[in-house]
Amino acid sequence: MNATAPTNDLLELTLPQLLVRRASLRPGQVAFRKKDLGIWNELTWQDVLEQVRYAALGLLTLGVEPGDTVAVLADNIPEWPMMELAAQSIGAVTIGVYASSVREEVAYLLAYSQARVVLAENEEQVDKVVDVKDQLPQLHSIIYEDPRGMRAFENNRMFLSWKSLLDAGKTLHEKQPELYDEHVSYGNADDVCHLSATSGTTGKPKAAMLSHRNYSSMALALHQVDAVAELDDYVSFLPFAWIVEQVFGLALPLLTGMVVNFPESPDTAMEDLKEIGPHMMLGAPRVWEGVKSQIWVKMDESYAFNRWAYARLMRVGRKAAVYRMRGERMPFGLALAYRFAHFWLFRPLKDQLGFLRLKRAYTGGAALGPDTFTFFQGMGVNLKQVYGQTETSGLAYVQHDGEVHADTVGRPLPGVEVKISDEGEVLTRCAGVCHGYLNQPDAFAETMLEGYFRSGDAGYLDDNGHLVIIDRVKDVMHTGSGHMFSPQFIENKLKFSPFIKEVVVYGDQKPFITAMINIDPLTVGKWAEDQGLSYTTYADLSQNPRVADLITQEVNAVNDDLQDAEKIRRFVLLYKLLDADDEELTRTGKVRREFVAKRYQVILNALDNPEQQQVHVSVEFKYQDGQTIHLDTDVTILEANTLSTSGVSA
Amino acid sequence: MPARLDSPVSTPAVQLSVTDLTLTFGGLNALTNVSLDIYAGQIISIIGPNGAGKTSLLNCISGFYKATSGQILFENHNLVGATPHQISKRGVARAFQNIELFSGLSVLDNLMLARHTHLNYNFLDALMFYGRSQKQEIKNREYVEHIIDFMELESYRKTIVGELAYGLRKRVEVARALTLGPKVLLLDEPMAGMTLGEKEDIVRFILDIKAEQNITIVLIEHDLGVVMDISDYVYVLDFGQRIAGGPPDIVAQNPAVIEAYVGDESNL
Repeated sequence: MNATAPTNDLLELTLPQLLVRRASLRPGQVAFRKKDLGIWNELTWQDVLEQVRYAALGLLTLGVEPGDTVAVLADNIPEWPMMELAAQSIGAVTIGVYASSVREEVAYLLAYSQARVVLAENEEQVDKVVDVKDQLPQLHSIIYEDPRGMRAFENNRMFLSWKSLLDAGKTLHEKQPELYDEHVSYGNADDVCHLSATSGTTGKPKAAMLSHRNYSSMALALHQVDAVAELDDYVSFLPFAWIVEQVFGLALPLLTGMVVNFPESPDTAMEDLKEIGPHMMLGAPRVWEGVKSQIWVKMDESYAFNRWAYARLMRVGRKAAVYRMRGERMPFGLALAYRFAHFWLFRPLKDQLGFLRLKRAYTGGAALGPDTFTFFQGMGVNLKQVYGQTETSGLAYVQHDGEVHADTVGRPLPGVEVKISDEGEVLTRCAGVCHGYLNQPDAFAETMLEGYFRSGDAGYLDDNGHLVIIDRVKDVMHTGSGHMFSPQFIENKLKFSPFIKEVVVYGDQKPFITAMINIDPLTVGKWAEDQGLSYTTYADLSQNPRVADLITQEVNAVNDDLQDAEKIRRFVLLYKLLDADDEELTRTGKVRREFVAKRYQVILNALDNPEQQQVHVSVEFKYQDGQTIHLDTDVTILEANTLSTSGVSA
Repeated sequence: MPARLDSPVSTPAVQLSVTDLTLTFGGLNALTNVSLDIYAGQIISIIGPNGAGKTSLLNCISGFYKATSGQILFENHNLVGATPHQISKRGVARAFQNIELFSGLSVLDNLMLARHTHLNYNFLDALMFYGRSQKQEIKNREYVEHIIDFMELESYRKTIVGELAYGLRKRVEVARALTLGPKVLLLDEPMAGMTLGEKEDIVRFILDIKAEQNITIVLIEHDLGVVMDISDYVYVLDFGQRIAGGPPDIVAQNPAVIEAYVGDESNL
């Protein structure tokens, strides 16, 4: 075991060199598993090396040269990492394209990266490439993994199957058995080996140029914090085009000998996970939230006794989670109750989900609600946040065991230096920082500051040295007293309430924070009915004093969780729902803050004036059938409790 | 194989031929002297207004109805009078318009059950689960797994059929028919009640079944757009009689066909 434990000198090797090393150390050990026809088939390290070798030589026969780009467009299949390693073996660079990408995105990334060869998984993916082929003069070959439906291309020289690529490589290998090893030995750890597209929330995605060292250093750093043992199982189901999956599914196994299991199809991932029972897992927030709501739905359908027992034991779990996440010892009574809950609920539940062997689980890519954290930590799943950018090889920060503070993203990994700029932006310096954006040196220069990478996220280090992320720098606001806050963060907290449909928070350069709230007509309407409260229209319901009390309670509850300067002081319940037809929301349902501010200027002014208790509005509505209604109403301004409760909640 | 598919329509071998088929229920003529040929390796569609006798024709071919007179020749055997299980054993499988699956069993069990015609071990073998029975079960499971893969049903393998959405149950129904390992597959309105996306999927499956498994497909379908798009040959029935037959583009221009359809619509 110690002979293969990863050490720092491995950082001098390229990924293909790591593969060769692993295949010579542990030739017969299982590397990948892929479920096919209902059966898990194993590939040993020797098998993987053989396929990579043939694929690499096959690429040579297609005329791929060092520096050329090879693209992969597929769901998670073993051929994805093998194709990457094959291309990297001969000095080519790879780029991953999400299987869910539409034609335009495929065309853009293949053209931008000047890809000469693309591995497209199946007919669906090949069709996308074929449709945009005319825009890709440099594209030379399309390789497909699944031959089904490819009959139209059988005699076209541009198309070949993965199998025939391997056959071509095998023939070449028989002629020149040294050729592959020669190519691999030319590699240098600092060569750029992969292009990873940034998420591109603003404009077209850019491709971060990552080197072998970028990958392996971050994977090794993670291993130093959370050791991965040989033959630990990992299920790869997040898109391989995502940088964090690249580190987990490719670099980490090469360094540690972790086994990567590939599900039968994206739809069967959760079922397959159950069969594997992984030791380590990476999920996006939607995965964890999905599992949580799935449990909730199943429980809700169960018998009354089950529901009762579940609620009781989960409460124990939640209490225990607080201690677990802080790494503290539970009081004796709680520890006892927890053992009981573990035996009767958590263990069987984890078994059902395939989480029983889980040592660690990670969430990344976006923030995960604190509720979900305590839920999983409570049932004994060691769920932790990783944080990083594509440009820092995906991860630079991780929550350490026993230091899982739900509001932070953890501490920097070994070798990672963190700094907060004067504007409050999080800056990172580490061996994982990429070599720039492909063909866009200026854009990359803008993201660097004195050798640090600018994350674009606003945040701060808390007293324990844990990084707290607030929001994107461009989205954060500052109160009049200079306190940085994220309106979105507050809005999301409020929207957790079933009675609140939409919220817009204001407070930039103002003495205190205010909010305009849309009550949810369905739930509040139902609530009013249950209370025997009569109302006519939405506007009427929204101004009902008892509804005001109800929502004030909700706002107070949220205020309890917020820092003092972020607490909502005054708010109104709007007399109409914000609507995309009125341009108040975007088509995707996001609030257009500036537009709403302008439109409800009168109310906003009244909110900012602590003296004013009511505001008169006189507006015209247009219904969908074209009728116009005139509304004259008084909107009451409500005040929330902003007293500090920090002493109470602890 | 592609060479044959590209050749003119007149050349393919006749795989199944229906001659002068008549089916009467008391005084009602469901089919009157219908003759048509089903060509090997093609998609043959049977269209016609409601009540034209399309399903009756499929029922005669698959042995659910016994034709009053006439002949159905398949590989030199007359299928008229044969029982449904004899016919399915000969290689003519059928997917039903109203899904006929065991709704309390899983998808996998339904498909394994459909393979029962390929089992010939005895009760004792089954008790021991050794030797012949084990070998056959493994072989059948492998066969079924290929069908599951082909029909993209992996994630529903263990789902109870009754819990599946309608479109998926239809897909399982087609898979069940395929599991019999047929030479001719009769599909009775496989796309009825489906969403556009589900229809596209089924069309892709039908084309793949024809091209990759080389199975002849007889299709009853109301969506004329689909029919004209994927069929190699189309027969039109109206009031139990064959009124036209030919390649889709020619049939579409046949005045009798237009009248049968437009006449139908004018009644609405």
